Amino acid sequence: MTPLSAATQLLEVVSATLAAPIFLGWVNQCRAWLQNRTAPSVLQPYYGLRKLLHKDAVLAENASPLFRAAPYVVFGTMVVAAAIIPSMGTGLPMSAAADGIALVGLLATARVFLSLAAMDVGTAFGSLGARREMMVGFLAEPALLMILFVAALISGTTSLPLIAEGLSSHALGLYPSLAFTAVAFVLVLLAENARIPIDNPSTHLELTMIHEAMLLEYSARHLALMEWAAALKLFNYACIGFALFVPWGAGNEAAGPLGLLLAVPLLALKLIVAGAVLALIETLSAKLRVFRAPEFLATAFLLAVLGLLVHLLLGA
Amino acid sequence: MLSLWVTPPDVGSGAVHAALLVDSAVLLLEQEIRDGSERYQGLQELFPAAARMQRAAADLCGVRADAPDQRPWLRHTAWTSDEAPLARAPTSGPESGSAVDDYSFVRVAGDGVHEIPVGPVHAGIIEPGHFRFSVVGEKVLRLEERLGYVHKGVERRFTELDPLEGHRLAARICGDSTVAYSWAYCQALEALAGLQVPVRATWLRGICLEVERLQNHLGDLGALGNDAGFAFGLAQFSRLKEELLRVTESVFGQRYLMDVVVPGGVAIDPSADVIARLSSVLRDIAARVRLLRDIYDDHSGIRDRFAGAGVVTPELARQLGLTGLAGRASLQLRDLRADAPWSPYHALTPTPCIRREGDVAARVAVRFDEVAESSRLTRAFLSDLPDGPVTAPLALPREPRLAIGLIEGWRGPVLVALEITAAGRIRRCHVHDPSWQNWPALEHAIISNIVPDFPLINKSFNLSYSGHDL
Repeated sequence: MTPLSAATQLLEVVSATLAAPIFLGWVNQCRAWLQNRTAPSVLQPYYGLRKLLHKDAVLAENASPLFRAAPYVVFGTMVVAAAIIPSMGTGLPMSAAADGIALVGLLATARVFLSLAAMDVGTAFGSLGARREMMVGFLAEPALLMILFVAALISGTTSLPLIAEGLSSHALGLYPSLAFTAVAFVLVLLAENARIPIDNPSTHLELTMIHEAMLLEYSARHLALMEWAAALKLFNYACIGFALFVPWGAGNEAAGPLGLLLAVPLLALKLIVAGAVLALIETLSAKLRVFRAPEFLATAFLLAVLGLLVHLLLGA
Repeated sequence: MLSLWVTPPDVGSGAVHAALLVDSAVLLLEQEIRDGSERYQGLQELFPAAARMQRAAADLCGVRADAPDQRPWLRHTAWTSDEAPLARAPTSGPESGSAVDDYSFVRVAGDGVHEIPVGPVHAGIIEPGHFRFSVVGEKVLRLEERLGYVHKGVERRFTELDPLEGHRLAARICGDSTVAYSWAYCQALEALAGLQVPVRATWLRGICLEVERLQNHLGDLGALGNDAGFAFGLAQFSRLKEELLRVTESVFGQRYLMDVVVPGGVAIDPSADVIARLSSVLRDIAARVRLLRDIYDDHSGIRDRFAGAGVVTPELARQLGLTGLAGRASLQLRDLRADAPWSPYHALTPTPCIRREGDVAARVAVRFDEVAESSRLTRAFLSDLPDGPVTAPLALPREPRLAIGLIEGWRGPVLVALEITAAGRIRRCHVHDPSWQNWPALEHAIISNIVPDFPLINKSFNLSYSGHDL
């Protein structure tokens, strides 16, 4: 481990954790603008977190230790995930410990804990949300794996930093197979992060909720951690997308400290564009009926498989 | 069927009243009740909607119908089963009832069936109602409603008021239909006094009623888009509604037109130039609603959510007596403004907007049609507004009498039955919201739909809690 790689690693984890709420705030701001509304500040998610951290936590009487532990586990897994996704630099000491497949497993761990905690208290909405979350999850995970496989086959490794490095070294070499998987990835990102058209993050209708329904029983610091984790998850997904489809600009060992310094504004630029596109997609679509979600994710899986076939058959 | 209510036999004789709409006339049935323990023949087999009205009458007046369902309806735990707030003053305070409300919901048994209780406290800021879903997976097998959480004792409060003051209470029963309620009350009062309201006043009342309809339809159309996850619709329609509210305020001095309709006429006589402004704003809004309608119609996601959700077939609608806007979306050709026009609708009659599909899309389409029709009608009223006084003095007769006021509000027909004593006091004032007929239909509309579609279906009916619970 060189000092530079250590610095990269530290910078990535800290900045992802701290910047994730701003990214969410930016998406919300774009959404408001697109709806002709006056937008809240980009810092609004922080204000929300600060408010929640100042409150006293209220727990259901029958809540088990699992219910208390889940927010820390979910938040923790998201921070670890941020450590192995090459957002600013590819020389990540942590990434030797976990590859892309482990990353999918890590995200699944968070999902399992979230769902178990939701069912723990035994309210109708918690189990309703957990049930729907699992339905979305078991369809989204294979699609995400398939997307990673395409990229892994092209670059001959499952390690995310190496994939990013391999793909970015091809300068402007465009892969048709990656075009298919990029579309599939956007669909998975929408579904996994409880965005429209699968879920509606701003709804107050408890019967239609997926992600929010699982958080109904949480309050104060627990809720703050859960919401922060959700923001971090969105940030992580965006960074996975960058690593796979627009890897140019992430600093590597060869580029030295200057490369890392350049990577920061470049990442910010990518996030700004990605957030605006995400808001545009959300504004243009209405929420799907819950039973359309399998079709939606099947489309994502199909596109990823097409990408794989294009790569295997045409070698492109 | 329009309504069913009981006048308790406290002093003199009581009676069970049922108001029916036969063609274009109101048929009032009355059965005398001498003693509170006497039972009357229930109407639930002819008119299913009567079942809840009978239960409510039993809670309020202590007079029971011969019906299989004897559970309380409006009574939760605020008073006990042997008390009747309208018949005699409650003997004890609110703590007299049992602390726990053990209402027996109908249970659905079977493999994989479970219950989801929702409300009365919801995640959003909406009125309280309890919904008990019996579901298999996401599919709804049965829905049972439990209402009455916002019972405020309005009908008892009426009996303590001067008849000439009652319109103020009537205007506050249900904020979104304040014109319809206060007009229905004043219509009953004017019928008691045999008063002919000045023509200009009735035209102004007609304008108020149509503006109220437009305000509510604009709000609902936006909210329906939002419930389908299409926040753009909410933002656009909210803006249009706000524009309408502001111009309403400049014309009538009120955003929501409370207390504009008063006994004998209207409280405000707007000048010609503000009337011209209202007219131009309405034309502008109607044009922009046409554009938004194209967006709603062309949006595949919205169409997928709206079409086929929460169907009430015309046969079922006829059976249940579905009324008002929801009825018109299920081929129930009823619009009192056209069927039994009162002044000013004699002069300018609206074309009823009818659909037959009975789903959310049909209820949305009826709203869009009515926005166009109402804005056309209002502009016609505004351009031909007759001159003259806007109020007439009103004197009540010194004899006991009963009169009915009936107004087609935006949700459906609002009925006020006003009974006065020889001393000129209110003996009984029954107020009836169309939601009484339509709440039971919602229980049918949701069957076989999926749980997450309920909020959308519920919003497409947009029934009143406050006007129902009284």
